[in-house]
Amino acid sequence: MAASETIGAAGRSEARERAADYLLKRHRFRLAETLPWLAAIAVYFIFPERMTFGSQVLVMVMFALSLDLILGYAGIVTLGHAAFFGVGAYTVGLAAARLGWSEPISGLFAAAITAGLTGFITGWFLLRYRGLTLLMLTLATAILLQETGNLRSDISGGYDGLPGLMFKPLLGVFDYDLYGHTYYLYVLAVLVVVFFFVRRIVYSPFGQALTGVRENVRRMHAIGSPVHRRLVTVYTIAAAIAGVAGALFTQTNAYVTLTVFDFDNSAKVMVMLILGGTGRLYGAFVGAAVYMVLEDYFSKLSPTFWQFGIGLMLVLAVLFTPRGVLGVFESIGRYFSERKKS
Amino acid sequence: MSAALQVEALNRAFGALPVTRDVNLTLERGARHALIGPNGAGKTTLVNLITGALKPHSGRVILNGDDITALSQADRARRGLARTFQINQLFRGLSVLENIGMCISERDGHADNLWRPVGSSRAVLDEALDHLDSLRIVDDALKLVRELPYGRQRLVEIAIALAQKPRVLLLDEPAAGVPSSESHLILDVVAALDPDIAVLIIEHDMDVVFRFAKEITVLVQGAVFTHGTPDEIMNNEQVKAVYLGQEGHRGGRHG
Amino acid sequence: MPQFAIIAVSILFDGLAYAMFLFITSVGLSVTMGLMGFVNLAHGAFAMAGGYVVVTLTRTLGVGFVPSLVIAAVVVGAVSVVFERGLYRRLYKSTDLEQVLLTIGLAFMAIATATYLYGPIPKSVPLPDWLQGDVNLGFRNFPSYRAFLIVLGVVLIAVLWYAFERTNIGAKIRAAVDNRRMAESVGINVDRLFTLTFAVGSGLAALGGGLAIQLFGLSPSFAVLYLVLFLIVVAVGGLGSLKGTLLAALVLGVFDTGGKYLLSDAGGFFVYAVTVAVLLVKPAGFYGRE
Repeated sequence: MAASETIGAAGRSEARERAADYLLKRHRFRLAETLPWLAAIAVYFIFPERMTFGSQVLVMVMFALSLDLILGYAGIVTLGHAAFFGVGAYTVGLAAARLGWSEPISGLFAAAITAGLTGFITGWFLLRYRGLTLLMLTLATAILLQETGNLRSDISGGYDGLPGLMFKPLLGVFDYDLYGHTYYLYVLAVLVVVFFFVRRIVYSPFGQALTGVRENVRRMHAIGSPVHRRLVTVYTIAAAIAGVAGALFTQTNAYVTLTVFDFDNSAKVMVMLILGGTGRLYGAFVGAAVYMVLEDYFSKLSPTFWQFGIGLMLVLAVLFTPRGVLGVFESIGRYFSERKKS
Repeated sequence: MSAALQVEALNRAFGALPVTRDVNLTLERGARHALIGPNGAGKTTLVNLITGALKPHSGRVILNGDDITALSQADRARRGLARTFQINQLFRGLSVLENIGMCISERDGHADNLWRPVGSSRAVLDEALDHLDSLRIVDDALKLVRELPYGRQRLVEIAIALAQKPRVLLLDEPAAGVPSSESHLILDVVAALDPDIAVLIIEHDMDVVFRFAKEITVLVQGAVFTHGTPDEIMNNEQVKAVYLGQEGHRGGRHG
Repeated sequence: MPQFAIIAVSILFDGLAYAMFLFITSVGLSVTMGLMGFVNLAHGAFAMAGGYVVVTLTRTLGVGFVPSLVIAAVVVGAVSVVFERGLYRRLYKSTDLEQVLLTIGLAFMAIATATYLYGPIPKSVPLPDWLQGDVNLGFRNFPSYRAFLIVLGVVLIAVLWYAFERTNIGAKIRAAVDNRRMAESVGINVDRLFTLTFAVGSGLAALGGGLAIQLFGLSPSFAVLYLVLFLIVVAVGGLGSLKGTLLAALVLGVFDTGGKYLLSDAGGFFVYAVTVAVLLVKPAGFYGRE
């Protein structure tokens, strides 16, 4: 009796050590995480003529990443995320066109603040709702912002946009070159910084609490979690990041129109994230990159064919791979590790 | 010294149907109080009113001498009121360890931390593992909750409530849905609860009730039918009639 | 007649016609969402399909406009059953997000197909003589087509109201919307009921699509452009409610028309402002259940 109890106790403490070990090390960088970044740098050398497109991809990665915080981690479904992208884009655009303020990096901070503030205010009101109500409210908010811009199209440039924006050289030294080389590295650098912050949030107790809200909000209330406050916080952060993405969009294109607020934009980024895999940090990378590359290739062949293909991809994804590309990889990985065990 | 939990004249109706009628209930510190009654008596509704998931139309809920009637569910939980649900409400897609750890983080205020990783607080981790150890489910620490058999999930449900370090614990049919071969696991835990915690347990199994409870309240159609010690209730003819009334009626139909 | 009264009457008349279109197209979506909780974003595609069927029937096959409307409604309604049984059925237990994504995917496929078959340029349909021109209602002339729309709308409302409130099937639908499990336990076959409501709803959407051609012209993007509007009508009216859909259609139709009349470009504002205002106060819509 005593012997088996000791063995039992030893077995239990071994399990305990294993569990502790896992949780303590979970947030550490894994080698595989360098892949997307190496790929991004490789693109710089392999496709020097596609740098403007490359910048757009990185901008979309950032946009999708911001949505992942809300959709993938907190589990909140919205249809108006483009609102924050648009606010950021126009902050930089209007500052440059109307106020003569064209320093790029300070523009990013301004965009983060305006977009974050928009997120805070709308989130505070709207995150009390869910389901169809929230979908419609967020959708309407984005459209209202768009219509407001349309109302004063003399200021905003309307759907024709604010053309011919010029931005000061980065850090006073690096200027925009015709092929967008410096800007690609610039966007990549900002993405690295943003990603660093998002990664910390995701692995923090706050990030864990978000997944709790996603998994069982009833339980979260019952254990004393201030759910609304948490959601407004993450919504504000996600809005700020989306705003930075929008700002980079304006800076890299030297152009912005009201179409940035389109429902199409909100839907597109959601599709990218779903295809890549939600709640997995790198899903945004995979999804945005794959989507943009495919869109670039196919819509040149035939936009109709592309639209059909995207529709078909969505249908198949929902029916067969609901957890996105990364989900498929995970399943494959798990399949092999199960086989190794047996 | 004030009671751990006091319910005063609580009333609630759904439309025209009263589900809680003028209910009074007191839990002293260390109480072992069972809430019984026929199906549809409103036992779970009463628990929902106490925890704040439902708002009463009139009456008060007092926790450790403070009137908490106007407080939200989360506020009440933070003041030491914990509950388990009749059907497990767990974070099914997360591991057992995370389920408990999340609860401790919430309690200690860690959950507002956006910056430091979860693993950096050794204290939270150790406490979570302690809980799992005491319930003998440490082996399942890294398993996802949805992969566990229902009986062990039920243990996690109780572990979460205990991890809140509550002063008042409301257990809604803790052994419900658990196969009889595993129910002793649950009941052992219930029997071994900290004597300082005031416990209210909703239960149908009379063996469990009489083994566990020092006080029993019988709820019928939303109102307190009677209340007393196990001996008093066991020998109460009217209580038997209320339960047998259901049995007799069924017997009548078949006969 | 004083100037403002003339404008008011115009707004009301056009707004009413627009509201009838919104009601006819959205009512199916409201009932199916209320009944099964299934978010069908392909609903706009069904409306678009109905429109294109009418285009083909009237322009290529020379069928009259009104018979084409009827045929389109029946055809699309029947085809929708195939979708419901074959595909949608599998997702009744899925998350909202998955339903949204699947049906959006279907909508994209439908739009691409329509672009391939009919091209992206908006189409129009030949109308019979009695629907062209104006009808004189005493103090002013009104476009016959809009008057037709209003009359048709009223007739359909009456028919639907009767079916909903006075027939057995209507009672079953209302019961199932109210409490599905209770309805099932009383022996109502909710699955079959849903297929029926879905077919009727899709048929009505197709009818709406056909009617819309004269109002807005028909292009493949109709499926998504107007979907937003249908969703708003449904959300503001309340899921599963005939009354709600009608009230929402009226309010939104009149406000949108009025806004565009009085403030031209900026007028699109109103629909969304009203939506936000209503949903903040009544998140389940006018007649929705919390």
